[in-house]
Amino acid sequence: MSKEKLVLVGNGMAGMKVIEELLTIAPNKYEITVFGAEPYGNYNRIMLSPLLAGEKALDDIMLNTEAWYADNGIRLHKGKEIIEIDRIGKRVIAADGTNESYDRLLLGTGSNPFIIPVPGHDLPGVLGYRDVHDVNAMLESSQTHRHAVVIGGGLLGLEAAYGLMQQGMEVTVVHLMDTLMERQLDATAGKYLQKSLEARGMRFRMQAQTSEIIGEGRVQAVRFKDGDELSADLVVMAVGIRPNMELARKAGLYCDRGVVVSDTLQTFDPRIYAVGECVQHRGQCYGLVAPLFEQAKVCANHLAGYGFRYYEGSVTSTKLKVTGIDLFSAGDFQDAEGVDTIVYQDPSAGVYKKVCVKDDRIVGAVLYGDTGDGTWYFKLLREGTSIADFRDGLLFGQAHLGDSGHGGVSQVANLPDDAQICDCNGVCKGTIVKAITENGLFTLDEVKAHTKASASCGSCQGLVEQLLAATMGGDYEAAAVKPMCACTDMSHDQVREAIRAEQLTSLRGVFDTLGWKTPDGCDKCRPALNYYLISTWPDQAQDDPQARFVNERMHANIQKDGTYSVVPRIWGGVTTPSELRAIADVAEKFKVPTVKITGGQRIDLLGVKKQDLPGMWGDLSDAGFVSGHAYGKSLRTVKTCVGSEWCRFGTQDSTTCGIQLEEMTWGSWTPHKFKMAVSGCPRNCAEATIKDFGVVAIDSGWELHVGGNGGVKIRATDVLCRVKTMDEVKEYCAAFMQLYREQGRYLERTAPWIERVGLSYVKERVVEDTDGRKQLAERFHASQKHAQEDPWKKFSKNHEAKFVPLKRAV
Amino acid sequence: MQAAKTMDTNWLSIGRIEDIPVLGARVVETAHGPVAVFRNSADEIFALLDRCPHQGGPLSEGMVHGRVVTCPLHAWHIHLDKGEAKAPDVGCVPKFEVRLEGDQIHLNPNPIEAAS
Ligand code: SRM
Ligand SMILES: Cc1cc2nc3c(=O)[nH]c(=O)nc-3n(C[C@H](O)[C@H](O)[C@H](O)COP(=O)(O)OP(=O)(O)OC[C@H]3O[C@@H](n4cnc5c(N)ncnc54)[C@H](O)[C@@H]3O)c2cc1C
Ligand code: SF4
Ligand code: FES
Repeated sequence: MSKEKLVLVGNGMAGMKVIEELLTIAPNKYEITVFGAEPYGNYNRIMLSPLLAGEKALDDIMLNTEAWYADNGIRLHKGKEIIEIDRIGKRVIAADGTNESYDRLLLGTGSNPFIIPVPGHDLPGVLGYRDVHDVNAMLESSQTHRHAVVIGGGLLGLEAAYGLMQQGMEVTVVHLMDTLMERQLDATAGKYLQKSLEARGMRFRMQAQTSEIIGEGRVQAVRFKDGDELSADLVVMAVGIRPNMELARKAGLYCDRGVVVSDTLQTFDPRIYAVGECVQHRGQCYGLVAPLFEQAKVCANHLAGYGFRYYEGSVTSTKLKVTGIDLFSAGDFQDAEGVDTIVYQDPSAGVYKKVCVKDDRIVGAVLYGDTGDGTWYFKLLREGTSIADFRDGLLFGQAHLGDSGHGGVSQVANLPDDAQICDCNGVCKGTIVKAITENGLFTLDEVKAHTKASASCGSCQGLVEQLLAATMGGDYEAAAVKPMCACTDMSHDQVREAIRAEQLTSLRGVFDTLGWKTPDGCDKCRPALNYYLISTWPDQAQDDPQARFVNERMHANIQKDGTYSVVPRIWGGVTTPSELRAIADVAEKFKVPTVKITGGQRIDLLGVKKQDLPGMWGDLSDAGFVSGHAYGKSLRTVKTCVGSEWCRFGTQDSTTCGIQLEEMTWGSWTPHKFKMAVSGCPRNCAEATIKDFGVVAIDSGWELHVGGNGGVKIRATDVLCRVKTMDEVKEYCAAFMQLYREQGRYLERTAPWIERVGLSYVKERVVEDTDGRKQLAERFHASQKHAQEDPWKKFSKNHEAKFVPLKRAV
Repeated sequence: MQAAKTMDTNWLSIGRIEDIPVLGARVVETAHGPVAVFRNSADEIFALLDRCPHQGGPLSEGMVHGRVVTCPLHAWHIHLDKGEAKAPDVGCVPKFEVRLEGDQIHLNPNPIEAAS
């Protein structure tokens, strides 16, 4: 069977990302040939600045070495520029006559630096800043010459200027506008930046228009429109880029400011795809890596023949890679109709923060001096999260938000190397930074694998992401939609939406339809998918035991020595002498080593051997017990206090309320564990205000609380509303739980979920919309029909083989 | 000579492939300890000592994906075909020979020497 031929023109970051993706999702589909005008493999262009500054060597910044192409069976024509596309003959032709036919063609020709066509622009010593060749030329000049002028005070210009200064040159930056980086920064931040660069010795000539470059044999000076001159023996023009589309235009492909492509990254000739800086999509051209990588993933999806992903444009953020300068900008931050700007400024500390808000959503942000919260603002911006509930504290940052557990440590950039970032696995900042730089790590998953940071409870994930962003400069991962795991590029929300839209009801269906990169998923995605399937299609989808973590598969908690613990449900924490006797009998009969009262108001039998589980469950279920689901991403406990039945302060019957809630909700699967408590008065002895759903009795009825948890990152609940009757408590509880079940991402507890979607949203759906609440509650009850079957009873009766060895040969 | 012979006669018939759930495992108790026998989605069978090289977790309770099992205790990934932990973790668990004759699974209850 002969493979189809795929030819890539442009051996750069975007094009090669497509190839890498294709190799993982459809490794055998194409015979691949790559043409690159540059005489190397593919290198990380954004690392040119560290290369110029002498902080990195060329080998450090290679992404795909020549050996890599050979190992993957890809033919690389390096140093060969394609000068013609023959669309009728389906061939590309290089300047030296090499030609290659294609079934599909991919253009990734990048862009060219714009050179201002003033007299003298072609003199030796006048350079653009785009590739290794330019960097080498600058390094050479810095050996023999002293005075450099950089034209253009944008991102590239400043990085070039900084690099040349590091090489010992005297550098003046010439800029047409009166603020630096005016496309990424507002005037105030631009001034802060200029001040700190001046303090490092960089010189500036603002609002200056270059009219001529003077020199004989080599550049000697730059002349401005006002007649002034500045002597220079190296001139770097960094005034912008122009998509490189000549080749496409000559071939008759429709071009405007770039090669025009559709949402599937196809040009007007459907056999020809294009990605990267050469492309114009929905009127937009991009000049940063993150959006290009998003394009590349969609493009690979179509080239692989899956064809279900669409590129819908990107929001970008910017960081400047000048050591010691912290600057972040994202979105739209110019003053405009209906936009509120919230500003914090501390000139002597050199800190400036501005966040622009429209309709309670962040539309743009500029941070200078303290960029610790950049990733957070960017996330809120991208996800369109309502900030109404914490608008007051927005500029104090994420650490300020109901997070007493890890507050105060959000400024990772300022932490010393020995500061512990991951408390579970004892990983320090220095270790993480070293792993990132030495192993060239790009993603959170890679950092987890190499250092174990954030691999356990995950609460330090935000800090690790900040470290990644701060260490790498370019904001790789945070800008793309965060994939569920390495098996797919789709996010939790995208997968769940596809399960709904494509009516997928099995794991196989998901793997096949959504182009999973691995044969059976992994330990991250399989449980998540299983949850999305059974919660979206409770009637159709089959629960898959092999997609469940051991505890949920065994209906018991595994312990460190491989034994299990058994926690029977004790409704609302209320029990009877005969129940206690039954538990005592079981404990004696099966020689349970430890019997403990749990923090959830029930009894834990610990150290049970696997083969004893069914027998023990049989005895417990004969005595009337059901599983306590202490092991599940499901309803755990409903704690109660004694309430009005006994307590001298009690205002309502909290025990009965708790028991009824537990009877209604037991057995339900949720994205993460779900805990409740009911207290009989505001003294709150049942600790209802750190529960996922908490109820506090008041004189006139019940106050409902949501989104709390104890644990790693303690969070007190938000008050949802007050209601009068116990029936209302139950209706609101069912509706709230269902909303969370439908929208929470797998392993996202109610606390982070509410912080993501906003309390106002939850109130809108559960409190204000009466019909909507009733429908949510109905959906909850409908899915409970399938869920309230006691697993212990089931497995104790039909002794499943999984509890005993397959064979004993001793 | 002697050794080879004993090895051969030692092979155990442990059950049928259907006895092991797809993407799951069952345990065989042997003189060398519990052996986890895995089945993946391509119906390949692998056998490893049921003790994770990290802290002894029961690999038979882990999640199987591709040719890897994730340990249920702290989520190390162990290669089913080599018994080695996936880098950057380091560790190795004894591996056992298995073969399929029709639907019958046979296990050699003596571990394969790690060095070979
Ligand atoms: C048994 C118990 C401790 C005890 O002896 O009291 C316990 C034991 C475990 N807890 Fe817990 N937690 C127990 C009450 C709690 C409480 C108190 C409560 O519910 O009021 C909390 C804090 C409240 C909360 O969850 O918001 C608590 C917060 C955690 C956390 C952190 C959760 C978080 O969101 O940060 C974990 C880790 C996790 O779930 O990922 C955890 C995880 C665990 C696990 C399941 C760890 C594991 O995966 O093996 C432990 C299982 C031991 C076992 O085999 O039984 N346990 N755990 C308690 C069982 C309650 C029950 O009857 O079901
Ligand atoms: C100094 C510098 C710093 C940067 N810093 C950042 C940063 O911090 N963060 C960030 O996100 N982005 C940064 N960028 C931008 C980023 O590098 C680009 O957006 C990205 O490299 C564009 O990828 P591409 O594949 O579209 O083009 P390129 O990577 O430019 O690749 C195009 C390749 O195609 C080749 N080519 C062109 N025409 C032909 C032809 N006809 N035949 C054969 N080959 C051809 C070119 O020689 C080139 O090698 C920086 C860029 C520069 C120059
Ligand atoms: S606090 Fe919870 S998770 Fe930690 S050791 Fe105790 S029971 Fe285990
Ligand atoms: S015991 Fe297997 S990962 Fe820890």
